[in-house]
Amino acid sequence: MDLAIMGTGTVGSSVAELAGQYGHRVTAMANVDAAAIDPDGIDTAAALERQRTEGEAHIGDADPADVLAAEYDALIEVTPVTLSDAEPGFSHVEAALERDKHVVLANKGPMAERYADVRALETESDGEVRFEATVAGAIPVLSTIEDYDPGTITAARGILNGTANFILSRMAAEGLGYEHVLAEAQDLGVAETDPSFDVEGTDAALKCVILANVLAQGEREYTLADATVEGIEDVPGSALELAREDGRTIRLIGEVADGEVRVGPRLVPEHSELAVTGTTNIVQLETENAGRLNLSGRGAGGPETASAILADVGRLG
Amino acid sequence: MSDPQDEVRAYTVRLELVDEPGELLRALEPIAEHGGNLLSIYHERGNLTPRGHIPVEVDLEATPDRFDGIVEALREAGVNVIEAGQERYSEEVTVLLVGHLVDTDLSDTLSALRAENGAVTDLSLSAPEGVEEVSSARLRLQTEQGAVEDTLAAVRSVAKQKDLRVVEPLAPGGEA
Repeated sequence: MDLAIMGTGTVGSSVAELAGQYGHRVTAMANVDAAAIDPDGIDTAAALERQRTEGEAHIGDADPADVLAAEYDALIEVTPVTLSDAEPGFSHVEAALERDKHVVLANKGPMAERYADVRALETESDGEVRFEATVAGAIPVLSTIEDYDPGTITAARGILNGTANFILSRMAAEGLGYEHVLAEAQDLGVAETDPSFDVEGTDAALKCVILANVLAQGEREYTLADATVEGIEDVPGSALELAREDGRTIRLIGEVADGEVRVGPRLVPEHSELAVTGTTNIVQLETENAGRLNLSGRGAGGPETASAILADVGRLG
Repeated sequence: MSDPQDEVRAYTVRLELVDEPGELLRALEPIAEHGGNLLSIYHERGNLTPRGHIPVEVDLEATPDRFDGIVEALREAGVNVIEAGQERYSEEVTVLLVGHLVDTDLSDTLSALRAENGAVTDLSLSAPEGVEEVSSARLRLQTEQGAVEDTLAAVRSVAKQKDLRVVEPLAPGGEA
């Protein structure tokens, strides 16, 4: 399949690198400053090398505005997450679907904030929309829900942000304070310079909102505004210590149940399956006929997220 | 959901026994024979009821149906049942409170919780930065069967009044 990649950050670059291995070809790729377009297939290694050494503007000599109109079968939308109108990601999705092209997203914005709009565009299009990579990176959560039938899943909960989980599990294990562990996480590249999206719970909440939309099957639309969100910034070490004394620990848990979306620090038994450590993510699905499913693995990272994207490409009609 | 009639619940039975050998055993036999699971026996020797008998408090678990049978059997055996069927606090829930716990009058917080539906049975406070700073408390609350959600709502409401942060268990009883 021919792919056009919008966004050449960590995830977009990994998709470009790995596409060939999965039997696909990249015919266009763009960042904010520049683009590379070649209907016969871009030399992705050379383009990424130029971007790495000379800067984003040197990925190619095409205009990013021409990428949406280029030759491709599936658009890979991996631009940074934006809230509310979810632009420019939403317009990218719209442009591809209007041309009856498929869309695969890792960008949570359009699926969390404008789910019904995206689905309406998809209905009018011969193209299909897939977004496995928006929830828990490499972990096949959405495809599992699809396989089981969303109607048979009664609840979903889990740890959907590796940064917050790293911080809480380090605080618990080492008895260190929040600021100390955050600085360490930033040094390790686990937390961003501005970690607010992760530690305030927004990122986990967006994933839960997407899960809620999938489970609702169009009967109700959820956006971030429907979620109750609390972060981990004011969880002191003393709280983790008191939890530990009682055989428990604290994790940032996202929950979708009974029409409610909730993200916040919660007490969980120290040895429960949910209490994963480090940057690991886990999603628990409560099923009507098969009890509880635990899906865990890497929830972020370039090749990890690209794996989920390329799995979606493989599922396209 | 299981049928509430099949659900095992905790009960307390208060009996009064004549101070004679074998009386306690005679009182306990009907409980076991009718499917009750004995949890604890509090035999207050030295205390006497107004009628000069020894009060005994028995905690047991049984389904509601079986419990009715137990009380009937005790009475048939000639045991004086003073009080039965009062459902005890039978579920526990653990929460953490975080914030200026001491400055906001912790004992008043506990009283407010008691008034609102949550009897605090255990409290641990940790204030490593000193009582003026943010501290944490772990509270174990007892609640009636099936009322955990009400108790959590009470905790949320009291915490909100005092600007405290609640870390709730993921599931009632903390099993997840």
